[in-house]
Order: sequence, then structure tokens, then C-alpha cells
Amino acid sequence: MGVVAAQPRARKLRYAAERQGTLAALLITPAVLFIGLLVGVPLVLAVYLSFTDATAGSLSGKWVGIHNFSAQLHDATFRGALWHTFLFTVISQAVVIVVAGLLAHALVRKFPGRWLLRFVILLPWAAPIALTAIGFLWFYDPQASIFTWFLERLHLVSRTNPPNWLGTPRAAMSSIITVQAWRTIPFATVIFLAGISSIPEEVDDAAAMDGATGLRKFWHVSLPLQLPIALVAILFGIVFTATDMVVPYILTNGGPFNSTQVLTTWAFQTGINAGNVGEGAAIALFMLPLLAAVVIGMLFFARRAEVT
Amino acid sequence: MTGAVLRRRLFQYGVVVPFAVLLGFPFVWMAVTSLKPEFQVYDPTKVWSFHPTLASYGFLFHHTGYLRWIRNSCLVGLAVVVITLAVAMPAGYALARLAGRVGRTLGVAIFLTYLVPPTLLFLPLSRVVAQYLHLSDRLWSLILVYPSFTIPFAIWLMMGFFKTIPQELEDAALMDGCSRFGALVRIVFPISLPGILTVVIFTFSLVVNEFVYAITFISSSTNRTLTVGVPTDLIRGDLFNWPGIMAAILIPSIPLALVYNAFLNRFIAGFTGGAFR
Repeated sequence: MGVVAAQPRARKLRYAAERQGTLAALLITPAVLFIGLLVGVPLVLAVYLSFTDATAGSLSGKWVGIHNFSAQLHDATFRGALWHTFLFTVISQAVVIVVAGLLAHALVRKFPGRWLLRFVILLPWAAPIALTAIGFLWFYDPQASIFTWFLERLHLVSRTNPPNWLGTPRAAMSSIITVQAWRTIPFATVIFLAGISSIPEEVDDAAAMDGATGLRKFWHVSLPLQLPIALVAILFGIVFTATDMVVPYILTNGGPFNSTQVLTTWAFQTGINAGNVGEGAAIALFMLPLLAAVVIGMLFFARRAEVT
Repeated sequence: MTGAVLRRRLFQYGVVVPFAVLLGFPFVWMAVTSLKPEFQVYDPTKVWSFHPTLASYGFLFHHTGYLRWIRNSCLVGLAVVVITLAVAMPAGYALARLAGRVGRTLGVAIFLTYLVPPTLLFLPLSRVVAQYLHLSDRLWSLILVYPSFTIPFAIWLMMGFFKTIPQELEDAALMDGCSRFGALVRIVFPISLPGILTVVIFTFSLVVNEFVYAITFISSSTNRTLTVGVPTDLIRGDLFNWPGIMAAILIPSIPLALVYNAFLNRFIAGFTGGAFR
């Protein structure tokens, strides 16, 4: 009794802290439950299904071990899909980084007309991609492509032998990469912009004082400071490009001759169209290593950002 | 204008204008195509000269399920926004105020679930929706599943916004006899209104954008959402009504772009604030 009476304040504080902890737990629980049920459970289910021969119409199937995985690894279409996913992601995101970096640097300081130009640059991100991708289906039309029309005027292609944007393997891959870059550039630009704006002006002044200008200042001062935020944007772009199926699904659906087949479209065709749920789940699970790598990368950079 | 300013302007316009033209041109061409008579779109002699008509817009509204799909998308969007706010606001607040390691780790963990893509989960979920919940081809299936990605996203944004509200404000309310929960409802949520609106806008647009679940769960034309109805139903056989399709793309894109632009700065503050503050 005496001890408690001697430390009423400490006890009160601890009491309040406990109550705050309970309140916090209460506030977070619904979110954790919802996510656990709708992300955790299906994820486990996906892993389970990938080891079975489940088909459309049944959730269970015979246990087949790693058969689905090994069958896919020996499948030419699947190997192609892995390679195309890699190309699709790396090339489109490399373009995005360069263009968004340039745009962000040009947009960071005020100039007349900036609002309007930023609005136009944002359009591809704000419009629903499932819809705008259909727009590109029209821009790539073999008979009436507006791109072909421009290139003809510039004498870059001939009228008698116009490019078949989505009909030949090489052109089809370039076409879907272009659309993916087009839709990701605005997002990367605004996040890069936030990274540059977060650099305090004193740093700029100090760098100028020490005689750092132009590229040297960019390389030694601006770049390291904006890198953490920029990396988050880049990792996001990689994840959403490698795991999204809208652009390839709508524009080529994996064709011609599987030349633009990526993991997601192949999983959809196998799991939904062909009804081999087990195999489809196995294909989709090949995305997990990539996700894990990106998550580790993000945690690493989040911690570095915290230190600075 | 000094030489340095002139050089900077030259760089700014030299970079921004060409890329704005490249990024924005598809929308110009959509608008042009949507105003052409349907039979004229393939005519190579009339690429830019034609008599504009709104016939395709009329066709879209009167002879297709377009308005129905917009209604479906809005219904699902509103329901998901309500669920998301109810779950994410309290969680975001708690995570912003939980000091130290625990709050941070939990916040990052929840955010990372946002990275688990629909393309990984749609197969098991399609089975669950069909066999256990009997919600195949019902909008309810989308209302139930969409919060799986909107909640982590919204918690992350809310966390960023709540961190910018000084703790002292709540302490003052507690002093005045408010309960902790009372302080939350009466002080914290009202000041965070701009942040909450940002979450509403971006959650809604995530829902309108969603494609993979919608095409997997919904099978009948009347229950389609915008993003699935346009690519599947506006194509009659192998015939594309291109002007109509272009109109169908432009109509939702323009208002979405305007609200995006209006809330962009807040979005960035929340998005990067959750991680770097």
C-alpha cells in the first residue's frame, strides 16, 4: 500500500499508457482481421492450390507435389513468359526513370504555364488504364493507326508497307512496353518531384558555397538526398509493372504466338480460360520471389531514409 | 531577364513541352475520333477534316449499358470508400501515435500487403467467391474483395496525415475532460478532413481502375463495371465502334484527372510522409 501511495503519479501514468495500448489494439484489430482474411488466407490458399491438380469448379484437388512447378519450368510458353515479364518490366521502367527524372527537374521551379503542363502530364496516370489501353488498341490499328500516319508524313515508314504494331512479335513487345512506360511516367514524376522538393534550400546554398555546381552538385548533393524517395517510386513501378496484367491482356492477350505472354496473362489463361486452377496458381506464385526482393529493398531504404 | 533565368526557362520548356505533347496526345486523338462519324474513321483522306458529330455519345448513352456500368462502378466505389474509411481511419491514427518500433513495424507490414497483387490472389479468391460465398456475378463480391487493397493503401496515407497533427492538441482536449476516443472524433478527425478527402478520392479511383477481379468475378453484362464493360461489351462481334469507345474512355477520365490534380499535393504529402517522418 505504502509503495503505491508513494508513487501515485507513476502509477497513474502507467495506467494511462496501458489504456492507450488497449485503445490502439482496438483500433488496429479490424484492419488486421480484414487484411488477414482477404490477403493472408487467399495467399495461403494459392500456395495450397499450386500443389494440387484443382480445376475450375472445385477448390480441392489431388495433391500432386511440385508437379505443377516442374511442368511449367519445362514449358516453353512459361519460360517465354518469364523472359517477357523481365523485358517488359526492365525496359519500361528504365525509360520511366530517365523521363521522370528529367521532367521532375524541369518542373520543380515555377514558370508560366506550369499548372497546365503538369495537368497534361498527369493525365495518363489519372485516367483508368483498362480504358486508355483500349484507346491504344485504336492508335495501333493496322489500317488506321495515327502513329503510322505521323511516321508516313516524316517519311520514316512507307505507305505500302505500314508497321503492324500489335501483329508481329517484335513490334508487339515494343508497343506494350511503350504503353506501360506512358502510364507509369506521371506517377514516378510526381514522386521524384516530392523527393527534390524535400531537399532544404540551405543544402543548396551550402553546396553552392563550396563551389559545387551543375552535374557535380547533382551527383554529390542532390542525388543522394532524393534517392530514398526516388527508390520507393522505382520499386513501386517495378512491382506494379511485373504483377499487372491490364496492358498486355487488353492489347495483345499474350499474342502473336505468345510473343508478349507475361506471367500474369499466362496465369490467367491457364487458371481461368483453361480452368487449370492448380497450374495457374503455380504460375502466379513465380511472382513471389520478385515481391520478396522488392520488399527487402524497400525495408532497407526505408531504414536508411530514417537515419538521414 | 538575366542569362541564368533564360537558360533555366529554356531547359524547363524544352523538356516539359515535348513530353507533355507525347503524354497528352492520346487524349487529343481520342477526342477527335469520338467526334467523327463512325463510317469515316478508316478514311485516310479525312484524318483531320471531318464534320464533328455527337452521334457516338448518343449511341453510348441510349443503346449500350454504359450508364449502367458507370452506376455499378460508382456504387461499388462508394461502398468500398465507406468500408475503407471505417477500418483505415482508426488504424491509421493508432499507428501514427504508437511510438517506437512497434508502430513503425506494424505500419510498414500493413503497407507491404498492398504490394501483394490481385494477379496472385484472383484464382483462390474466385473459387472462394463462387463456392463459399455464392457471390459470383454479384457486385457484392467486388465490394467485399476491393478493401483488401484499399485498406492498406488508405492506412498508409492516413498515417502520414495524422503524424502531422501535433500531439499537444489532443492533450489539451484530454485536459478539458475529453475522453481519448472523444478527442479522436471531435478534434483529430475534423482537422484531418483534407487528408480524409484525399483518401476518399484515391480509394474511389483505385476501385474504378480495378480490372482483374472485376473481369474474373462478374460474368453478366448488367453487372459489369466501367473498366470491364467497355472492353467486353462495346465490341460487337469483331466490329469495334471506335468513336463510341473513345467517348466511353474520355467521359470518366476527365473528371478523374481534375480531382487528381486538385488533391495531388496532399496525396504526395501523405504518401511520402508515412515513410519519411
